[in-house]
Amino acid sequence: MKFGNISRRRLLQGTAALASGASLPLKSAFAATTTVGFIYVGSRDDYGYNQAHAQGAAALKKMPGIKVVEEEKVPETEAVEKTMESMINLDGATLLFPTSFGYFSPHVLKMAVKYPKIRFEHCGGLWTPKDPTNVGSYFGYIDEAVHISGIVAGHQTKSGKLGFVAAKPIPQVLRNVNAFMLGAKLANPKATLQVIFTGDWSMPVKEAEATNSLVDQGADVITCHVDGPKTVVENAARRGAMVCGYHVNQAVLAPKAYLTGAEWNWEVLYPRFVNMFTSGQTIPNFYRGGLKEELVKVSPYGPMVGDAARKQADDIKAQLTAGTYVIFKGPIADNKGNTVIAAGVSQGQKDPELEKMNYLVNGVIGATS
Amino acid sequence: MKADVGPPLAPTAAKLSLRAAWRPNIGGTAEYVVIPALAIVVSLALFGIFVALFGKNPLDLYYYMYLGAFGTWFSWQNTLTRAAPLILTALCTALPAQLGMVIIGGEGALLMGALTATSLALVMPAAPPLVVQIGMACAGMIGGGLWIMLAGALRQYRGVNETISSLLLVYIALAILNFLVEGPMRDPTSLNKPSTRSIGAANMIGNIPGTEVHWGLVFGLIAAVLSYILIYHTVFGFAARVAGGNIRAAKVVGLSVGKLVLITCFLAGAAAGLAGMMEVAAVQGAANANLAAGYGFTGILVAFLARQNPLAVIPVAVLLGGIGASDGLLQRRLDMPDASVLVLQGVIFLIVLASDSLYGRFSIFKRKTS
Repeated sequence: MKFGNISRRRLLQGTAALASGASLPLKSAFAATTTVGFIYVGSRDDYGYNQAHAQGAAALKKMPGIKVVEEEKVPETEAVEKTMESMINLDGATLLFPTSFGYFSPHVLKMAVKYPKIRFEHCGGLWTPKDPTNVGSYFGYIDEAVHISGIVAGHQTKSGKLGFVAAKPIPQVLRNVNAFMLGAKLANPKATLQVIFTGDWSMPVKEAEATNSLVDQGADVITCHVDGPKTVVENAARRGAMVCGYHVNQAVLAPKAYLTGAEWNWEVLYPRFVNMFTSGQTIPNFYRGGLKEELVKVSPYGPMVGDAARKQADDIKAQLTAGTYVIFKGPIADNKGNTVIAAGVSQGQKDPELEKMNYLVNGVIGATS
Repeated sequence: MKADVGPPLAPTAAKLSLRAAWRPNIGGTAEYVVIPALAIVVSLALFGIFVALFGKNPLDLYYYMYLGAFGTWFSWQNTLTRAAPLILTALCTALPAQLGMVIIGGEGALLMGALTATSLALVMPAAPPLVVQIGMACAGMIGGGLWIMLAGALRQYRGVNETISSLLLVYIALAILNFLVEGPMRDPTSLNKPSTRSIGAANMIGNIPGTEVHWGLVFGLIAAVLSYILIYHTVFGFAARVAGGNIRAAKVVGLSVGKLVLITCFLAGAAAGLAGMMEVAAVQGAANANLAAGYGFTGILVAFLARQNPLAVIPVAVLLGGIGASDGLLQRRLDMPDASVLVLQGVIFLIVLASDSLYGRFSIFKRKTS
């Protein structure tokens, strides 16, 4: 049974099935192709988190023998369980990418137990050995790309004041804020970074207010960590500030203000995973990487970025790609004067201490609670 | 779900007298079924035109909507799972409506109910599961009930518009939830997704046997039927409707309007609070920001489409659950954006409200007095 050609007769048959209480045979001939399902928590053209995943899905659509089904704006409730089941039962999907962090527990775990033959790949790096083995979790060390943004921002700022619009004071976000600050300090040791937490992942009104308030306080380079950076980027550019992007390339939104940005590189990772899947290899349950593994990338520099900035940023980028550079290298003090990483201690990208980050480094104006 | 809900009524004389005793105006009841059904058919037709403008075949649209919502056993379960919280949150708007109050803060009561239920489960980790579950249900109902009762009391004793206050209370509830989940009640291991500790797998309320629909659906059905009986078959309900019709007349005949308002608001909030408790006990297993999924707001739509009738809330919740369930299939098969389903909901809402002016205009529904 194909769902592509629906005739009036098919519709009537369907209605008759309802009347008789019978159910339609839904398993159809998907054997020749592998169906991959993508689930997004927001809209897939949000210039942000969801679009980054949708770009990865778009890369799969070009591969032969791969069919992609997508569903957007699926909340982190039972709805996502039903969406996963619907993709499995009605579309014949065998590989699922539920992309939002909050889908993992309990929803993905529950479905993984129920459908042991289906592969679930979750973005966020939450998998532990006690979880089902048909679940994988992947994540990118995007703080490396944010660090490069910070270097460019430090060179380009005239006021020495930078601004960061952040969602929540959780470890992932704090790590980006701190990586940005440490990058900016390489270029301009006197630079400061004002951070404003909006309290949630998608709060366009608060994000606009925060951007305006940062610019009012003199910040001339703005960046952010929220689900959809569109509001921040457009508002900052309108107010005459420069911006560093996040999640995807937002240069089209502000071509004259966009310095660079930290981007996910799912369009490289997803074909890699799908190739492993279709060739019968096991996708690692826990998969992480940064610039070196091509899980993240840096947006091309805007035309206003000067030579000094390009040179230093490219230099550090090359070291990060080679795996010889550590961002969180002691001594590092927080903005209350306490030493958080002692002299001589290097916390590399995989250091579990960084996963528990609960401080803002010296130079950041703001509080974690 | 479309035209088949409007049965032609041709009762025989014998049946007529029987029904006349049960309800004097069966024609009026038919009117309340046929007109909304027609409104939904018209909405679907308009939505079909809208979809056709974007180059999609409307027949595909109807087929996939039907398939996604009611076409298979899986689809039915999907629909009913989505309908379950909507029945309870719709009652939060429908009950106070009997008193002429427009309460739109069901989301706040849901969050408070979820929070109080979770708190209760967390303070009694050693108790037997059944005790915890019953305790959670009571705590959820009390938490949600007091929250809406606050809006009722503000209106009754301070003249604050209950629509505005109940809506603002949603944001206060959300702020309290976020504060507690990210602060005092936070599970220290929930690093990047602030959450309370889990209520424990043993305390989770499972699904209705043989299905994958959780018990919230049964609670919703019971609550809707009890509400219907309360409103239409008890002295309390009659008094509430009198007060809703004419508050001065109610006071003249000696009804205690203040008590009616407070009790009704409490029951309304209790329904939404129970929905919140079910979200924790049957779905999430802990309280976190996921609870604010908008069930409370969709419940308002359900209540208005059901014309505030507690029984009519059930089919309307199933209809909207079905639209939600079919959304995924429309996105995947027809490549339509998520917002298209919101367009359909908006069209249905407008057409149903506009069809209000049609009541009493068709002689076919008028019954000659026997």
